[in-house]
Amino acid sequence: MIRQSRKRKGILGALALVTVLFSLYWSLVVAPPDAYQGEVQRIMYLHLPSILIAYLSYFLVFIGSGLYLWKREKRDDLLAHAAAELGVLFTALTIIEGSVWGRPTWGVWWTWDARLTLTAILLLIYVGYLMLRSLIEDENRAAMAAAVLGIIGFLDIPLIHMSVYWWRTLHQPPSILRPDKLPWENVHPSMLTALTISFVAFLLLYFYLLSLRYRVGEMHQEVIARRLERGA
Amino acid sequence: MTLLRQTGLMLWKDTLLELRRRESLLTMFFFGTLLLFVFNFAFDLAPDKIAGMAPGLLWLAFLFTGTLGLAQLFQAERENHNLDALLLSPLDGGALFLAKAAFNLILMVLVEIVVIPLFWILFNLPAWNLLPQIFLVTLLGTVGFCVLGTLMSAITLRARARELLLPLVLFPLMIPVILATIRCMAEVLRTGQFGDQVAWLRLLLGFDVIFLTAGMLIFDWVIES
Repeated sequence: MIRQSRKRKGILGALALVTVLFSLYWSLVVAPPDAYQGEVQRIMYLHLPSILIAYLSYFLVFIGSGLYLWKREKRDDLLAHAAAELGVLFTALTIIEGSVWGRPTWGVWWTWDARLTLTAILLLIYVGYLMLRSLIEDENRAAMAAAVLGIIGFLDIPLIHMSVYWWRTLHQPPSILRPDKLPWENVHPSMLTALTISFVAFLLLYFYLLSLRYRVGEMHQEVIARRLERGA
Repeated sequence: MTLLRQTGLMLWKDTLLELRRRESLLTMFFFGTLLLFVFNFAFDLAPDKIAGMAPGLLWLAFLFTGTLGLAQLFQAERENHNLDALLLSPLDGGALFLAKAAFNLILMVLVEIVVIPLFWILFNLPAWNLLPQIFLVTLLGTVGFCVLGTLMSAITLRARARELLLPLVLFPLMIPVILATIRCMAEVLRTGQFGDQVAWLRLLLGFDVIFLTAGMLIFDWVIES
């Protein structure tokens, strides 16, 4: 059973590696540089998938938390925990990539624009989530508290989104999903291909990492169980 | 009906405890006043700038004093396993949640009733006639703070360093309330009316309702663990 799942994980990892390399090739070599921004625009191929993955992650935290409150099964909590950690990782990556892109394009590393602020707040919420987990000793209580925060935090996202947007907005208007044009009309087709490949690569990489992190959680549970058995 | 009766009883218990111990209200009130003094030294509060800074400063004071109250909110339940006793009784989790949120709301509103006029006096703000609008915004924001704060206070109940952890998890979630109240108050102080900032009031109301409902629904799980 374990050997089989390890084999599946190996395949997933290999697949992720291949697509990541392929997407690097496509986005760095095949896709043309942007007409206005030049080479630096290529960061978009990392930036956009990583924030989408972060949102996916927070959605999984919400699902895992809800299921855990409902059914009380440890695996749902392990999923939420793993997803939260990866969500924090990908949100941080998004902010760093954005800064690197913002410096030559906007002239500043950071600006208090709505989307940047929202991303930073998400990072703060889920770092708080991880701290909460680590500061409660009892496993089940930590899981319960974290599940509540996972749900409340996700419910809060639309409200934070609305409020920071009303507050200010300066970010690039979305360049792919625009109301006035279809995606393939305003973006060079090979750019769109690069973005799609890169998104698939990130998705595969994400699920590979998630399965690894989930396994670490399972192993942690096994260690606790063994310890209890030995009465130590 | 039972829910309201249980809420009333729990609220009465907390009020009675507070009247006898006088822990939370006095410390919160003193801390709020102290913050006004600290602000005076930290910022250059010239009369022409103060109206622009007042909303932010007031909300900082409320956030900090409110957190002080929240950190003490379940103190009585922590002592002598009182929470376990409550859980054994046929008490609805929703009632406990409502009572605790209402209790913290009462404490904060009492502090605000003193601190806001004091702010007007200390920093010579002329617009006394705008106080009702300011209080309305503050009340809506404070309800949101207490509702979400009670939930966060309950989930950090058994954490190490919980007084430090509470603002860490609470403040990022409070950002819609902070933004909405400050924008609204700034508009009122500048123009004398809400104008097109009424949308913020709706956001505040939505925030209060969403988390009040969520809290009532999940509080049973929050405390039983």
